Amino acid sequence: MLKILKYSFYDLSRSRWSYVYFVFYLLLGIVLLFLNNNLSNAVITLMNVIILLVPLIGTIFGVMYYYSSKEFTELLLAQPIKRSSIFLGQYLGVAISLSLSLVLGLGIPFVVYGLFESAIIWDFFSLLTTGVFLTFIFTALAFNIALSNENKIKGFSYAILLWLFLAVIYDGLFLLLLMYFQDYPLDKFSLIATMFNPIDLSRILILLQLDIAALLGYTGAVFKQFFGTSLGFFIAMTMLFLWVVLPVARMLYVAKRKDF
Amino acid sequence: MKLFFSILLLIFSFQNYANTITVCKDCKVSSIKKAIELAIDGDTILIKKGTYKEHGTTIIDKSITIIGEENPIIDGEMKGTIFSIQATNFSIEGLHIINVGKSYLEEFAAILIVNSQDFQIKNNLMEQVYYGVLIEKSSNGIISNNTISSNAKEEAHSGNGIHIWHSENMTISNNHITKMRDGIYFEFVNNSTVFKNTSKNNLRYGLHFMFSNNDEYLDNIFETNGAGVAVMFSKHIKMYRNLFKKNWGTASYGLLLKEINDAELIHNIFENNTIGINADGTNRILFTENIFLNNGYAIKVLGACYGNTFSKNNFLSNSFDLAYSGHINQNVFDQNYWSSYTGYDLNKDGIGDVPYRPVKLFSYLINKTPEAIILMRSLFIDIIDFSEKVSPIFTPADLIDSNPQMKKIRW
Amino acid sequence: MVSFQNLDKKFGKNVVLNGLSLTINTGGIIAVLGPNGSGKTTLIKSLLGMVLPNKGSIQIDNQIIKNQWEYRNNIDYLPQIANFPGNLNVNELFTMIKDLRGKPTIDKELIALFKLQPFLKEKLSTLSGGTKQKVNLVLTFMFDSPLVILDEPTSGLDPISMIRLKELIQQEKTKGKTILITTHIMNFVEEVADEIIFLLEGKIYFQGTVSALKTKTNQQNFEYAIATILSENHA
Repeated sequence: MLKILKYSFYDLSRSRWSYVYFVFYLLLGIVLLFLNNNLSNAVITLMNVIILLVPLIGTIFGVMYYYSSKEFTELLLAQPIKRSSIFLGQYLGVAISLSLSLVLGLGIPFVVYGLFESAIIWDFFSLLTTGVFLTFIFTALAFNIALSNENKIKGFSYAILLWLFLAVIYDGLFLLLLMYFQDYPLDKFSLIATMFNPIDLSRILILLQLDIAALLGYTGAVFKQFFGTSLGFFIAMTMLFLWVVLPVARMLYVAKRKDF
Repeated sequence: MKLFFSILLLIFSFQNYANTITVCKDCKVSSIKKAIELAIDGDTILIKKGTYKEHGTTIIDKSITIIGEENPIIDGEMKGTIFSIQATNFSIEGLHIINVGKSYLEEFAAILIVNSQDFQIKNNLMEQVYYGVLIEKSSNGIISNNTISSNAKEEAHSGNGIHIWHSENMTISNNHITKMRDGIYFEFVNNSTVFKNTSKNNLRYGLHFMFSNNDEYLDNIFETNGAGVAVMFSKHIKMYRNLFKKNWGTASYGLLLKEINDAELIHNIFENNTIGINADGTNRILFTENIFLNNGYAIKVLGACYGNTFSKNNFLSNSFDLAYSGHINQNVFDQNYWSSYTGYDLNKDGIGDVPYRPVKLFSYLINKTPEAIILMRSLFIDIIDFSEKVSPIFTPADLIDSNPQMKKIRW
Repeated sequence: MVSFQNLDKKFGKNVVLNGLSLTINTGGIIAVLGPNGSGKTTLIKSLLGMVLPNKGSIQIDNQIIKNQWEYRNNIDYLPQIANFPGNLNVNELFTMIKDLRGKPTIDKELIALFKLQPFLKEKLSTLSGGTKQKVNLVLTFMFDSPLVILDEPTSGLDPISMIRLKELIQQEKTKGKTILITTHIMNFVEEVADEIIFLLEGKIYFQGTVSALKTKTNQQNFEYAIATILSENHA
């Protein structure tokens, strides 16, 4: 698997898109820091970027990579290599190279700016961790979509729909439910509903790191326990981890049973 | 003329009788209790440097001055109240009082003052106290330049720094109070002034006052207190130039106003509080030229608030500038500077040409369904906030600042 | 020895292999023929484990290959469509596949044989179809495995390369290898194949030599023989 990972990564590291992605983050970091001059505002803006763009890029890039490397995959399938190694290797290759673009692209301007002397380093660190998690999650979801759809157009459509659903529509439905059932206790429901959307989950995880968490804790005992203690952090991290593991597991399951 | 001289003579002779009793370990008088026993009206007790393990010292009807030289330590050995005083015209200065015992039945204090008038408590250091200065049914007192601290951990097992009940004409100034239950506590205290105090890291409120009218709070600092500052059931309060800072917590606010009428809040700074001001049942209050910086909510207006005026304030980088319950607006928002204002000023008169709506749809929704706050900073919320801004449906239509300032207000 | 027993494969409603049973003995060149959609590629991909049959089993040297992968160490496969990662150059591709398989290779001889030296530094995305096919051939033959599977090996090749390929195949045969070929070029089959397997509607219609097929169809010409089978079955 490591060999496949190595070659996928090598392949991607020479792809134009990795650089586009990297340069995009580099520019974003520079603009945010050097034109804004306010680190904590920069972190908030970055949060919006990370929870929206990282999933979008992860999905699109994942689907794109899968389709464009289809023949290569078939070449590999005829080689004496385990199927799971091929897909896991390719998946990790994409996810790691996207994560690197993210971490380096944002990291370099922040380091140049003098991040290590700032108290905000932990906020920034949690932003990047969440971004890496989201990359792994959405690349895995993208591979799932692509594996289940031979038709590229269909695959891309589903990928964009998935993103749209998780980034916007889910929260809309969530809010409608909250409004509709406002006479009932909703604290547990809303925490659980958050867990089922990796974008919401990441948003919460980043908010937990910011002072703003106290604002959320105001709502009641359950929220207070979740947002006021490290419990929330551990639950959210565990769920994010599951959000990586489960799609990867499904990807391997489907890949094992698929004809090429 | 003869009468005048005889009166003058009388005063001088009294002056001669006013003795200084010196207390030290090797002196004739080696305990404070003994000194007080010996003292008569007008005497000064000078306590030399040293440690005095005394508690339960009482001063009844003696107008005396107690002065500590180089901060002598009065150690109560955790056994109870150190000084209990019922007198007029006395003062206690320069003492270092430690180890007041804790009790669930009695309110042990470093200095307990009951039914007294015309007194001064100055320049004392009080550590490991249960209550610091506890004053009941007294008037014309000055409490200044004291440092009071403890290590309060639970509300039920801790007391207040300066606790005043049923008193008037008190001046509380330049005190530094930390790690108590409430820093300063007022109940039924009228015509009093609280200024230049610092109340920090207290378990509950930095300042807690109820049923107290015609008081002034000036230039105080209230920082990182468990629940912030609470001002309740009072009239004609003036709060000027105070700093309410870092009252961050799941149940804290900079300033809680409950059932307050005819008050003035001017030139205060609310910085990094979960809720800057939580107003509940407040009427005819003037909020002007205050700064609200980086709060969760700058102002939360709950039910039954009428005739309040919010003008010329600076609202800077708050998550929510205003939360409002209800559909009707009976308060005035005018000429404030809102950092989240995105309008324009074509005629360059410094006033935005489009009114500002301080209540976002999201903050309205949170008021109805508090759990919805879990969606904070979600893209969907940004979208609906934007559409509400363009065409308001849910938020009160008349809740606007028609003259939003384009630049920060200076004074 | 390779054997297929009662192989069934459906793609959706489309039955591709229908109870196919076949035994191929070790050694020799076997051509797998049949009309489009008769299941040639599916059969080959089943053998490679790329397509998973719905029913039946496949054995290589009496080992069932289901869910196995090590056996592919002994198979060289030339896929029908040769598309490689465009970011790599030819040399990197060879290095990578060698690295993946970790076996001794004869790539240098093959590169010389197909005159690929000038292209070694070229990106795969810039190569012409024929050159790609040569690269593909080098990749296939360089490991010297006992079972060689060639899916349409002749596509895009110029006449000289075609001759070299034929020579190469004959040469590999003399090493005692089993070589499975699918192709549409009947001349090529007639020239090189020791045995023909004719697939029709997911079953083996005929297995035997070229002359046996001619005899069976009463045709002198091999191409006509094939045409006869097809017209008889579709009339």
